Amino acid sequence: MFVPFVYELRARGVPVGTQEAMNLARALEAGLHESSLEGFYDVAKALLIHSEAHLDDFDQAFMKHFKGVEVEAKKLKAELLEWLAEAKERVRELTPEERALLEQFDAEELRRLFEERMNEQDARHDGGNRWIGTGGTSPFGHSGAARPGIRAGGAGGNRSAIQVATERRYAAYRDDVTLDVRQMAVALRKLRALTRDGAEEELDLDETIAETAKNAGELEIVMRPPRRPNTRVLLLMDVGGSMDPYAHLASRLFTAAKKSAHFKELRCYYFHNCVYGKVFEDATFTKPVRVRDLLADCGPHYKLIMMGDALMAPYELLQAGGSHDLGPEDRVEGIVWLMTLEDHFERSCWLNPEPEKYWGGNTIEYVRQVFEMFPLTAEGLGNAVTHLTKGKTARRAR
Amino acid sequence: MSEPTFVRFRGTDSYLTNDALEAAVNCALVLERPLLVKGEPGTGKTLLAEAVAEGLGMPLIRWHVKSTTRAQDGLYVYDTVQRLYDSRFGDGDVKDIRRYIKKGPLGQAFAADSRVVLLIDEVDKADLEFPNDLLHELDRMQFRVDETGDDVVAKQRPVVVITSNNEKELPDAFLRRCVFHFIDFPTPELMRRIVRVHHPEVEESLVEQALGVFYEIRNMRRLRKRPSTSELIDWIAVLRAAGVANVKLDQKLPYLGALLKKEQDVVALADQLAGGPRYRS
Repeated sequence: MFVPFVYELRARGVPVGTQEAMNLARALEAGLHESSLEGFYDVAKALLIHSEAHLDDFDQAFMKHFKGVEVEAKKLKAELLEWLAEAKERVRELTPEERALLEQFDAEELRRLFEERMNEQDARHDGGNRWIGTGGTSPFGHSGAARPGIRAGGAGGNRSAIQVATERRYAAYRDDVTLDVRQMAVALRKLRALTRDGAEEELDLDETIAETAKNAGELEIVMRPPRRPNTRVLLLMDVGGSMDPYAHLASRLFTAAKKSAHFKELRCYYFHNCVYGKVFEDATFTKPVRVRDLLADCGPHYKLIMMGDALMAPYELLQAGGSHDLGPEDRVEGIVWLMTLEDHFERSCWLNPEPEKYWGGNTIEYVRQVFEMFPLTAEGLGNAVTHLTKGKTARRAR
Repeated sequence: MSEPTFVRFRGTDSYLTNDALEAAVNCALVLERPLLVKGEPGTGKTLLAEAVAEGLGMPLIRWHVKSTTRAQDGLYVYDTVQRLYDSRFGDGDVKDIRRYIKKGPLGQAFAADSRVVLLIDEVDKADLEFPNDLLHELDRMQFRVDETGDDVVAKQRPVVVITSNNEKELPDAFLRRCVFHFIDFPTPELMRRIVRVHHPEVEESLVEQALGVFYEIRNMRRLRKRPSTSELIDWIAVLRAAGVANVKLDQKLPYLGALLKKEQDVVALADQLAGGPRYRS
């Protein structure tokens, strides 16, 4: 029964394979799940999932796959009856209107409705007046407004597995939502590459032994330089205009990059909408640096990270003079500048804070043809870093 | 396959568990695979290893990983400098290389006569490659001392508990070999029981008030570092020692330093209590 469930997980991008399935089979054989769906939920979660980023996927897959198996289960019934008993005890605390409302539903009616809606419902609901969830005025859920109803989840103890799964408590740990400084730093850390150069201040044991042996046992100390980071990064960030809503993300990326001690060199420049002849050292565009000078300065071994929403008026990207500046170098189309940048560096990527679903039918499409583009999420940043470290990337056919 | 007999882990008097955690520990016991525990700081990841050792009556060997720790350090260290030194000055028996081989925590766990619990604490502190270097040793539970050609083979596969704070991503190949458990933040219900275990003699009313204040503070969105279980336990201990009988969430919350560890958080809290906009999660 769990093999289709494993495929359900795979379909959601959770890396599970034969090894996990075999482990689960062994655990079930040993009776670890104690023949209950709750036990199975715990055991399967421990064995099939390897990262909290996938716990939410697991809950969703579990809900989908085992829905219906559980709804008729006795535990739910017991909980309902318990609730009704509780509600009756508390009847004196209720206002007359509430009492009238309570009397509208009898036990059977309530349970039928609950099961019906549980089956219809496929996501968590907070607020609203119909679905089972929290904070709303539906008769089902918890922490809701005055009207009495069925409490689902929230209480400790005997919650059934489906209800626990339904809570989707791990939604916050998904890695495809946007991220904080630390997560960014963790992702960027992978960019580092270590080499030995500089002052010799570390004892080279192997050489010391070899030299001492050659020296007939007289100690001969050999030193060597410690390993140091050797990655150089060039970060170009779009600021202003359509990027304003993402300013906090941009500043987090900047902080993360600045803080990480894993780069030999980090250069940050700003641009607005698209790169033309110049980029700027500050976000207020007062200290211009010519891109030609920058390229002459930074060899192809720098890793170029572009960060921007790549959203602009098409003429700003595709038409000569689109930058409104009138210097000779500004008369080249923006996209040509982008291509120049991409061409110069061996490894480059574009991080886009816009959600991936809006990447069609606008200037993002054009920019994507130049740069390998990744969404600015933990997952996207991770992929971007992998892309940046994986040697010279094959140029895509344009 | 006959019904395997094994000791099940059911928590201990001082360490409360839930079904999910017990299931994970028992999976690791039955499958003889390392148990990888993640969770917010202060939710008792390290304590779990102690509880497992206590619950199963096995000795605990700890290996605290630091940023400079290499996988080799866990197996054994060949003290070449000492040997060179001895040879230079003619001290000790330099010919016996075994004298200069010192077993690390992993080596000790393998060489132990009875089954032991091995805690590899904060595995993410070390270099990115660290977990990969341990794959083979954890899989086969054996390694070879190159200098002497001796094989160290585990007589009884140790129960390995690995904790991680998520500072670095762990490699997939490593994750595949582990049983994974993510320690949730305790519900108020469970928290009440945990507090009871640690402070059985504190008055009910103080516990209730402290819990109320604690969850209120935890739910404030603007906090950078939210207080966790261990901080609550410490806080209640301080309150008790100081003889405080009542706490409520206002500007004069006593011994706030035990709960909030960042200056910004203290400021943020004061801000909110002063009637700023209330953000709740």
